[in-house]
Amino acid sequence: MSTPNETSARNINIIGVGGAGQNLVAQLVALALPGLRCAVLNTAAPTGPMEFIPLAAKPVRDLEVADGAQVDAALAPAQPQLQAWLAGADVVFIVAGLGGKTGSAFAPAVARLAKATGALTLGFVTTPFACEASRRARQAEQGLVRLRAEADGVIALPNEKIVRLIDENTSLLDTFKISNELLTAGLAGVWRLLHCPGLIPIHFDDLRELIRSGKAENVFATAEAAGPNRGREVVEQLVAHPLLDGGRALGAAPAALVSIVGGPGLSLAEVNRVMEQLNRQCEGAQVLMGAAIDETFKDRLAVTMIVARGEVAKPVAPVGELDTQFLHAAEPVRPPSRFVPPPPALSPEKIEQLAARRMTGGGRTRKSGPKMTQEQLPLEIVSKGRFDKSEPTVRNGEDLDQPTFIRRGMVLN
Amino acid sequence: MFNQPSVIVGLEIGTSKVCAVVGERNAEGALNIIGVGQAKSRGVRKGEITDATAVEEDVRNAIVEAEQMANVEIRSVYLGVSGAHIRGFSNRGVHPVVSADREITAEDVQDVVKNAKAVNVPQENHILHAIRQHFLVDGQDRIINPVGMLGARLEVDVHVIHGNFNRLQNAIRIVKGMQLEVEDVVFNGLAASLALLTKEQKELGSLVIDLGGGTTDYAVSAGGIIQHTGVLAVGGDHVTNDLAIGLKIALGRAEGLKLEHGAALPDAAARGQTITIPGEVGLPAKTLNLDHLRRIMHLRLEEIFNLIGQDLERADMLGHLRGGIFLCGGGAHIPGIAKLAQDIFGLHVSVGKTNTISSLKSALDQPEFAAPIGLVKFGSLRARQRPKPSLLPFELGKTFDRLFSRIGA
Repeated sequence: MSTPNETSARNINIIGVGGAGQNLVAQLVALALPGLRCAVLNTAAPTGPMEFIPLAAKPVRDLEVADGAQVDAALAPAQPQLQAWLAGADVVFIVAGLGGKTGSAFAPAVARLAKATGALTLGFVTTPFACEASRRARQAEQGLVRLRAEADGVIALPNEKIVRLIDENTSLLDTFKISNELLTAGLAGVWRLLHCPGLIPIHFDDLRELIRSGKAENVFATAEAAGPNRGREVVEQLVAHPLLDGGRALGAAPAALVSIVGGPGLSLAEVNRVMEQLNRQCEGAQVLMGAAIDETFKDRLAVTMIVARGEVAKPVAPVGELDTQFLHAAEPVRPPSRFVPPPPALSPEKIEQLAARRMTGGGRTRKSGPKMTQEQLPLEIVSKGRFDKSEPTVRNGEDLDQPTFIRRGMVLN
Repeated sequence: MFNQPSVIVGLEIGTSKVCAVVGERNAEGALNIIGVGQAKSRGVRKGEITDATAVEEDVRNAIVEAEQMANVEIRSVYLGVSGAHIRGFSNRGVHPVVSADREITAEDVQDVVKNAKAVNVPQENHILHAIRQHFLVDGQDRIINPVGMLGARLEVDVHVIHGNFNRLQNAIRIVKGMQLEVEDVVFNGLAASLALLTKEQKELGSLVIDLGGGTTDYAVSAGGIIQHTGVLAVGGDHVTNDLAIGLKIALGRAEGLKLEHGAALPDAAARGQTITIPGEVGLPAKTLNLDHLRRIMHLRLEEIFNLIGQDLERADMLGHLRGGIFLCGGGAHIPGIAKLAQDIFGLHVSVGKTNTISSLKSALDQPEFAAPIGLVKFGSLRARQRPKPSLLPFELGKTFDRLFSRIGA
């Protein structure tokens, strides 16, 4: 392993929450990354050499009815130990498998505590397979929404997408193992980024800025290659990576982080070549890159990418405030459609009036709040005419086959 | 009859037309255009072949027409290619001079050019042209011919134009399938710039933009050499398509409107004016707003020039264009196009004339023939370098020559 760069070393704490988190942390401990403090928050004690913060019991029967207070109450006995452990951390990774009870309920709570200490809080979570029943999926989704609200950034690895990465005949046990390996690889990639001596170091503040500004869901992908063509191979792998939706995520990304790690033979020209190609893939994205040397890599080259998702996460709707949300919620950010005229501008009084009529009108009060916040589908049927079936010509992220006047929003009247 | 080294044919399989131009070199070596054949192209989209059967038919028609007009039999052609897959980039190759006396030999020059060509081209791509720029000997710049000079390290800048091998091969196969030899494959932008630019303009630095049906090809010449090339897979077809969508008319009508009423600049006088297109069988009469038509066209053409401008800016070429900008291709016919380009680039813009060929019939001096005429020019330059492009194996050809001369005598 490489020598830690003492001057720029950051205190990186990793906490596994719940059973899945525990397994992941155990794997990370096995990697023996220096300068990494690991802990586990769970009901059952782990076997590895890591700090154990015990939880009393599974206090939450059903996440759907549990609210924040209940979780906090359950966490209260463990809180002093947790806070002591968190003290002095620069970066806190919260590792959890969402879908279970402990992970989904406590990961957001831990994130809140960690963020309160001023550390950069990142959630690394897996979401359940589709076959794991809808209840787990629902719990996972709720957990994810809450975690997103609490942490600086969330990097989610949907287990469902892993199915596409692996052979159909892989056993269930191996599938989970691969999922864990992917997540640990991602974690190790980020850790390396912060820890290894950099040819081109990533500034910690930049990283924090990137992650905090987005507040969006992130995806990550790692690719490795060796040999003379490794630069090109790595990029090809990344572009075809199922976790990046076959490269589509790159094109739509508002921001991306690239970490390139190679052996001592890594040249700047090679880094340049990789970055040039990746930059071309994610046009319009704010790309942050770092390159590092790891002695153990020999002629291998590993690229880890963390890509912010296209859409910015919606603010979480606090339950019970749906009515006010309807009145005051910020409009979802969406480019103006080119075909639909903008809705008539309403004065605030008019909105109140309309809302009042909706609340009382006809004696039929609509109780089902969420329906009121129905979103608009991105319905932009842009025809390409005779170029519909031809290979698109894309420059600067624009499909040039679409008529220019439509892309420029010219109104024909 | 078996040997017609003086006849040179340029064939361009374009998106809107297939065009064959026949040139002849007279005894003094000057080039004459003696025939042209064209056919409407039906199997090409954005510069790339999408329907091989249709293309084959169109090529045959064009070739036959050219043969009739020039009264020669066409045996070989110089083939022009374009398409989004074609890329140009500049690269520097390095070669250490190893000989004991440090004298640079012709082999060293070959090696350094090979080195410069070798890198960065993807496996599936084929290098069309590698255009030598200046040499550097031990860091000394601007050396035209280093052979015989002394030095330890020879470098050369090369502009490499490469394209996808299979797509290039598609066009070549179609031509070969008609028992025609393909002498060479040439990038259309390069051919157009050969046809339009005089020596002085190349020296000063000029940009040639070929506004074709499916693609817009461009090439920058400066210091007498091609220094930058590019393809934008957007062309006149896109303008037509935009009009069809924007004005809600059929593509055929949009094409007609573009030719009749199109202009590159929005015109204050056009505001409020309408055009009425008469009804035909199956298509009702329609009244359209002329201003809309102009604005749709203006936006598209402006975008094309802007994208080219951005690319040249990235390549740091805009400062080299003292000779101005020359437009060719069918798009050069659009009224006001030169003015539009002038506004965008801030340089002198003119519609290019094929100046470089003597005794050109005025009917042929049209901007859309620039690329195929440039192909002929390319062929004549090539033939001057390689004086004997015999179709038959060397000895056999000689035997036939002797045989026929004896009969003739």
